[in-house]
Amino acid sequence: MALTREQMAMRVARELEDGFYVNLGIGIPTLVANYIPDGIDVMLQSENGLLGMGRFPTEEELDPDMINAGKQTVTARPGAAIFSSAESFAMIRGGHVDLTVLGAFEVDQNGNIASWMVPGKLIKGMGGAMDLVAGAENIICTMTHASKHGESKLLESCNLPLTGAGCINRVLTDLAYLEIKDGAFHLKERAPGVSVEEIKSLTAGKLVVPDHVPEMTFEN
Amino acid sequence: MAGFDKRVYSYEEAMDGIESGMTVIAGGFGLCGIPENLIAEVKRRGVKDLTVYSNNCGVDGFGLGLLLEDKQIRRFYASYVGENALFERQMLDEEIEVILTPQGTLAEKMRAGGAGIPAFYTATGYGTPIGEGKEVREFNGRHYILEESVVGDFAIIKGWKADRYGNVVYRDTAQNFNPMAATAGRITVVEVEEIVEPGELKPDQIHTPGIYVDRIIQGTFEKRIEKRTVHQG
Repeated sequence: MALTREQMAMRVARELEDGFYVNLGIGIPTLVANYIPDGIDVMLQSENGLLGMGRFPTEEELDPDMINAGKQTVTARPGAAIFSSAESFAMIRGGHVDLTVLGAFEVDQNGNIASWMVPGKLIKGMGGAMDLVAGAENIICTMTHASKHGESKLLESCNLPLTGAGCINRVLTDLAYLEIKDGAFHLKERAPGVSVEEIKSLTAGKLVVPDHVPEMTFEN
Repeated sequence: MAGFDKRVYSYEEAMDGIESGMTVIAGGFGLCGIPENLIAEVKRRGVKDLTVYSNNCGVDGFGLGLLLEDKQIRRFYASYVGENALFERQMLDEEIEVILTPQGTLAEKMRAGGAGIPAFYTATGYGTPIGEGKEVREFNGRHYILEESVVGDFAIIKGWKADRYGNVVYRDTAQNFNPMAATAGRITVVEVEEIVEPGELKPDQIHTPGIYVDRIIQGTFEKRIEKRTVHQG
């Protein structure tokens, strides 16, 4: 079975370490905040200028001056800091954020990522994604392994305009957890009940498969 | 206006001097911390062919989205345009030229412009369409592209409190692009929720020192929420 969005968030959350400053992109990455393991303290960075993002506000706490990068109303946790966009991207570009999690349309075996436009169809803009991928050394990309029509999104070379070149080193799809190095995807884990053959058939880029590929496990 | 007293008392006076063809830098992120009354005054004046730098273009019917209705914007530098149907249509119809700009680069263009730095190198966008045609240099084995900074004819800013000297503080994440935008206007106009007496704002808590600010006006704000999300339970 392919992972649910929640399971993808749970799997990514296992990569969090105590004391990490983490930027979570919009979509599945945002859900990671719900699965921070017990005993681990992380500070969430929101690129509109908030370090230490808290939960959503109650009706009483709702404040138009407090939003996250997805423009949702949020709160600040105790110990948070608020600052300008320039300061925020100084943190990001300067490599001070420990882990970045973001979505993508496509990634390729050389660590290129495309996530911001589909020519002729969809132009939303890159927001902070280009700065994030340029600044972070530790990036996890979350995405579905293939399109609804079964076309692989893990490619030899991205077809869409790039967000960043040679910057992605880890990918979590609904089918597998992979690392990107030396011009190939390296299969590390597979979703429960998903075969290596299925992953192979849906990976267009070069795929390195070890003898044993452990299955992810989830409680519940 | 005497000495350092930068207060003005009408929005007409606040935007005095704006003309068609000018470049306007606007603070705000989404609908948070936007100079909503100054934008409304730009709409009222009907100036056209504006070049605007701001992270987003508001939403249909509010914020900078208002300036789309009468096609007042010719060129727009933004990082994200996903929330605005009119904007998307004008972009696809080529009625508005959109220069999508990475968010950190946009902030740095304003910061550098205000700081007298004409251009800067950044790794952001290297190897992507954003880097095409731009000078590339290698430093310590990494590639960087040269991005030019910006100075606007006007910068329009939303602050929380200010004194009459133009010292400004922002509130929570309504700060966003406002401090950099405030440095990058030939004429910088700040609208705030409250003008306080000099001395009430602690000098070491000022976000925007008055030297950057030309006009201050106190206004009332709708502060529309774009995505109301609340905690359940």
